[in-house]
Amino acid sequence: MSDTQPEIETVQEEVRSWLKANWDPAWQGQEQDGPDRISWLTKVFDAGWAAPQWPKKWFGREYDDARGRVVREEFARVGAFGTGQDRTNLWINTLLAAGTDELKQQLLPGLMRGEINMCLLYSEPGAGSDLAGVRTSVKRDGDDWVVNGQKVWTSGAKTAHYGMLIARTDWEVPKHKGLSFFFLPMNQPGVEVRPLRQVTNESHFNEVFITDARAPAANLLGKEGEGWRVLMTALAYERSFMGESARGPRSGTSVEQMPGEDELVALAREAGKLNDPIIRQRLAQVIAWRELNNLNTERGKAALKLGTSSSIMSLGKLAMSRILHETARLRTDLLGVHSLLEGSDYPYAEDANFLSLNAYFTSIGGGTDQVQRNIIGERVLGLPKEPEVDKDMPFREVKGG
Amino acid sequence: MARLSDDELGAITDAFERLLRNQCSEQHVRRWMEDRCGYDDNLWQAMAQMGITGLLVAEEYGGAGVGMVAVERIMEIAGSALLGAPLLTSAVMSVVAIQTSGDETACNNLLPGIADGSSIATLLMTGPSGGWREETIDLQAKANGDEWHLSGKACYVLHARNADVWLAVANTDAGPSLFDVSPGADGITLSTLPSFDHTLVLDEVILDGVPATCIGQTGKGWTAIENALNAGTIALAGEQAGGAEHILQIAVEYAKIRHQFGRPIGSFQAIKHMASDLVLEVESAISAARKAASVADEGAEDAATWRNLAGFSCADAFTRTAKDAVQMHGGIAFTWEHPAHLYLRRSRADAQLFGTPEAYRERYLTNLGG
Repeated sequence: MSDTQPEIETVQEEVRSWLKANWDPAWQGQEQDGPDRISWLTKVFDAGWAAPQWPKKWFGREYDDARGRVVREEFARVGAFGTGQDRTNLWINTLLAAGTDELKQQLLPGLMRGEINMCLLYSEPGAGSDLAGVRTSVKRDGDDWVVNGQKVWTSGAKTAHYGMLIARTDWEVPKHKGLSFFFLPMNQPGVEVRPLRQVTNESHFNEVFITDARAPAANLLGKEGEGWRVLMTALAYERSFMGESARGPRSGTSVEQMPGEDELVALAREAGKLNDPIIRQRLAQVIAWRELNNLNTERGKAALKLGTSSSIMSLGKLAMSRILHETARLRTDLLGVHSLLEGSDYPYAEDANFLSLNAYFTSIGGGTDQVQRNIIGERVLGLPKEPEVDKDMPFREVKGG
Repeated sequence: MARLSDDELGAITDAFERLLRNQCSEQHVRRWMEDRCGYDDNLWQAMAQMGITGLLVAEEYGGAGVGMVAVERIMEIAGSALLGAPLLTSAVMSVVAIQTSGDETACNNLLPGIADGSSIATLLMTGPSGGWREETIDLQAKANGDEWHLSGKACYVLHARNADVWLAVANTDAGPSLFDVSPGADGITLSTLPSFDHTLVLDEVILDGVPATCIGQTGKGWTAIENALNAGTIALAGEQAGGAEHILQIAVEYAKIRHQFGRPIGSFQAIKHMASDLVLEVESAISAARKAASVADEGAEDAATWRNLAGFSCADAFTRTAKDAVQMHGGIAFTWEHPAHLYLRRSRADAQLFGTPEAYRERYLTNLGG
């Protein structure tokens, strides 16, 4: 491929002049939603910048890493979004890796232009950490697949056109072997979406009840019975997004900070506890954990850039759990009795209390800390797996729920 | 300051690692523990030939004149092998003290020997309270014409018995000043201290009117010592990160081969999860130590913040990792023969030298404006 690559400078000039002609800085920040999002993404797609490292057949430019990076850098320089989807867009990467040509042709353009919305249909009430134990069933019926079951922790289900579904097509084989992976159309009578009220009293997730819903044959990704492998590919992409970001306080109120001062330090000062030696030790420790996590991420990324594999990237999520839970504990202790209250009239209490619950979003969501410790132990340190009693049993005989 | 390229750094760390594998194995370390000498001269000369002892010494005085980034990486390797040689006190801290003093005569007289390994230097910094602060100096210097005489006590001195250059900080009317004291002079009582970490060579020195030469300006001695302590904190952080990484590796390898209840103990989540938590501690320690070194070399404004962060993070990571590693091993690590306790002892020693984790956390918060 490299012998047909254009010169780096040529690529750079082309992106620059294209961005100059097409990008309007007013569109900055519309990446998630915004009135001009789709029309901009369409331009990016039509020009071949959406996934420049992809094959031309699939709307890319067949660039190598270096040229892909140049495109991303030029976009970033002017604050434009929409490129680099070959690295970060979970849906198209999963589709490219495992979808039929028919499905790719049908959905890739819409996904890359931001017209098609997606959601995840993975977890079930009876299958959380043990995701391979899902019991949603799929049966073949003529040209269609027919789906029955219940999914949970689905964000964006209300607006999604398709859901990435892991479900069981064979109950007579061991649990990992009877799974298949689908793009399930969401707008149909057999799919009912109900918002789920969370522990934080918010509703960002839904339950999805699926009753005799249908998916066309072409919407199977990978082969029948190979769903676990497809899921692993998809999860790998997903994990690469997590761990770095976490939500801050929700009240929107911020304490008055001196220039460059940490918010927690400012809170302690306002609470009159900045001279308490125990509080000071705890403040230093939790801020340190945060800084160390940033340093680890930097070092991990630098190692990846050099092509050295790095174990560090799997640590971010575990580190963030500890940071969030301890931050919540410290915020609460700074407030003392004031943490008894909630609501917008009591913003500091609201923030401390919210964080103390929302910290579980990180320590449970996307794999619990305990599962994450297994992953680190097994994949990073090479420790042996725990024996799994249901590994070789026909799934029909496995206890669940 | 010259800077090593990544390849040069890789070459010297690889060579040092090989050297320690051959000449600072566990058997070597245990033999030196018996004798309470910390190392042997063959190893020291080999380190000198490799340029390790002259890393920080400016080129004009026979060293490589490179910065803390290289020192920190070397200390990681030293820590993993439990090296007890006077690398930290001679090649790092004494060199920094002498170079900070700006005293050309002292630089000319002392640095070439330290760089080529023919001379070993150490610092007499703290009194009986061991705080490594200006207030904890016990030594007093009296001037008699051009002559200075030192009296008092210097405690927790690294390798005093092996050093031929003693640099002492003592109070004068002008404030703390740095002095060159000859270890053979009259009026010196040296006693070896029974360190809990048997790889650590620790002495106490009592001076009674001992003649000394002032290095640099009188009253500026603490600046030299402070710079030495700062470099020492970073170097020690590297040693702690390296030690933590190595003892974790030992524990993990054992968890793979030790079988109970018919399976490797590392397959039990009780052990696996301990190990995974330690990976986070170890990687964070490595990140902290390397960051502290690189910002020190850059002369960054927030170098002190990162140094203090490394000070407690690396100390805590090493003590926790060494402690948990003993627990993960079970009974075998409760024996003298097993190396786990050697790391535990070193981690406990390192966590006290030049300041406690609590003191570093306090300074860190102050750096952050708290």
